[in-house]
Amino acid sequence: MSANGKPKFAMYWAAGCGGCEIAVLNIHEKILDVDANFEVVFWPVAMDAKYQDVEAMPDGSITLTLFDGGIRNSENEMLARLLRRKSQILVAFGSCACQGGIPGLANLSATESLFAAVYDGISTDSQGVRPQAVWQVPEGELHIPEFYPVLKTLAQVVPVDYFMPGCPPEPHQIAAVVDLVIQALHGQAELPPPGSIIGASCSTVCDECPRARNVKHIRAFERIQNLAHIDPTLCLLEQGLPCNGPATRSGCGALCPQAGALCIGCYGPAEGVLDYGARLLSAFASVVDGSTPEEIERCLDGIPDPAGQMYRFGLANSLLRGGRAACEEEAEQELSYEAAHHD
Amino acid sequence: MTDSFEPVLIGFTCNWCSYRAADLAGTARVKYPPNIRLLRLMCSGRLDPTFVLKALASGADGVLITGCHPGECHYLEQNYKALRRYLLLRRMLAQMGIEPERVKLVWASAAEGVKLAEEITRMVEDVRALGPLNWPQRHNGAAPHADATAIKEGTA
Repeated sequence: MSANGKPKFAMYWAAGCGGCEIAVLNIHEKILDVDANFEVVFWPVAMDAKYQDVEAMPDGSITLTLFDGGIRNSENEMLARLLRRKSQILVAFGSCACQGGIPGLANLSATESLFAAVYDGISTDSQGVRPQAVWQVPEGELHIPEFYPVLKTLAQVVPVDYFMPGCPPEPHQIAAVVDLVIQALHGQAELPPPGSIIGASCSTVCDECPRARNVKHIRAFERIQNLAHIDPTLCLLEQGLPCNGPATRSGCGALCPQAGALCIGCYGPAEGVLDYGARLLSAFASVVDGSTPEEIERCLDGIPDPAGQMYRFGLANSLLRGGRAACEEEAEQELSYEAAHHD
Repeated sequence: MTDSFEPVLIGFTCNWCSYRAADLAGTARVKYPPNIRLLRLMCSGRLDPTFVLKALASGADGVLITGCHPGECHYLEQNYKALRRYLLLRRMLAQMGIEPERVKLVWASAAEGVKLAEEITRMVEDVRALGPLNWPQRHNGAAPHADATAIKEGTA
């Protein structure tokens, strides 16, 4: 408890786009309840704060920490460990913290090919430059965070109390979670068991989607912009569009398919699904109409980037976690790190 | 180094055909290398691609999926589903840097013990030539969904 007797609240933005931070403000007047019930002690996007201030806090003194973004570099990991130590309830907030999210797709490539794309591509003037974790200047030594070969989810680095999926989590779900935590603080409600997924449902997006579903026979997967006509009442997958609804956790209200856009799977795997991509792959392949390898391959050509389609948000949290090059680079780094710290 | 490498393959067999083909190979004393660990499913259509990914992520060097010939599925057409899933999975695994020889789909009827033994032998040699997959395990950090109460006690 702080001087004014309020429980403390923190939020941190790691490797993500920052949309989760905006989403918290998107709960409208509920944000006043957050302010009325919590003292915000650390929230870099909203207020000035130094990491040293957090280090100086007693362990376990922050009641609730929302952590959004994945673990891309050593700074993200340091903050994850620090906030874990200082927080009673640590929430992996949003798709990136829960499953790696879009930045996790970089796990398909090893570091050098990522750097080549970023620093040698047409988007920059500084051709051939590579970030250096340590750099000498006349004034002394400069340090920047070390880039990791494999992006990790928050739970792959520290234990996480609750997972709140979504890119970003839907405002009504955030508001419901805020309400629940406030009630629990006043002894009027019980928090779910640690490790629970909160602010989402247990079924799939298809369950919430009002579009009509019949037997699916897909002759060709199409890109949405190539279809002349899209039936507004019929299942998008049935129309040959790779909609991720069948494998994706419900809770968003099936907003995208209702608006005529494909579900991209931001709420992550539905209840009981070990590997999101495998489940989605299974769902897509099962409805392909074709019995010879040639017919099937022709239909599958409509999914030009299967790994990106199946793991748009969940690659870092999948069984393989990424491509072989990145995973092996990480293993080599860990071996050399262990060797260096063994004597 | 690769001289001493013995690949570990996981083989998924169908109760109605390939499992019996393996059985037939056994009773007929047809030899195949012991590098494959056969698991019986009721049908190749039962094969969730998760099984393949889990096998590869947990240390297998290759996965063999077997089922009834097209048109001969005990459950009418589930082997076609297995084929479709396999073809899509193969595309995805290629993007992740896994050689196509490491995951194969083979049809084998209950009478084809010799054929199954040959396919297993060939795949073991193919994977031996590729070398270990040795998919890196996740090292530091906690398991997902780890019990948070235990940690809080530890850090308090």
